[in-house]
Amino acid sequence: MNFPISVLLFGITRDLTGQSSLSLPLAEGAQVSDLLQVLTDQFPDLGRIRSLMVAVNGEYAEPNQVLSVTDEVALIPPVSGG
Amino acid sequence: MISITSDPIDISSALTLLQSDQAGAVDFFLGLVRDNTQQRPVDHLEYEAYDRMAISEMQKIVDQAHERWTILECVVVHRKGLLRVGEIAVLIGVSTPHRADAFDACRYIIDTIKQTVPIWKKEVFTDGESWVNAHP
Repeated sequence: MNFPISVLLFGITRDLTGQSSLSLPLAEGAQVSDLLQVLTDQFPDLGRIRSLMVAVNGEYAEPNQVLSVTDEVALIPPVSGG
Repeated sequence: MISITSDPIDISSALTLLQSDQAGAVDFFLGLVRDNTQQRPVDHLEYEAYDRMAISEMQKIVDQAHERWTILECVVVHRKGLLRVGEIAVLIGVSTPHRADAFDACRYIIDTIKQTVPIWKKEVFTDGESWVNAHP
């Protein structure tokens, strides 16, 4: 059973996808690494970025973290503040 | 005090927040928009933040600094939106009883912000644009 997950996009990931957020269908029990796979399959240009982290509910997430429908998920390309 | 703002950063109001009768030192770090990055003339920079997470990551860094050094007050303000050459992009201010802690804490906070806080800048040159650090 798939569930939709919405992903916030910033910086270069927003430019490459042309969207500031998108909704993806994920399988029950899907992990952060599965989300990255679906995203890079759909948008191969994302693979050109130096690194791509995922934040879940405002915290950096490990690849094996399991996602749920209520999570606030964001893609974090290399930061460049300051 | 930690904040992200679209308005110009005001140094004197930050100084007011840092004042304490116990303070023997105040250090500021100001990060400015520089011209001629990569030998190319910069028209402007565009800063973007994941505000909620940027604030919480900056709070973690300030908490770590409080654990390592004796800090009285600390101010971190990061600008977002469109900035021109010469404008202040980030202000770090620290007040401490003694100057060594102020220098060290200020440097730690700005160095760590650059590594972990979800804020991004795009350099817009007169002949193109690029997201800083995004490509190998």
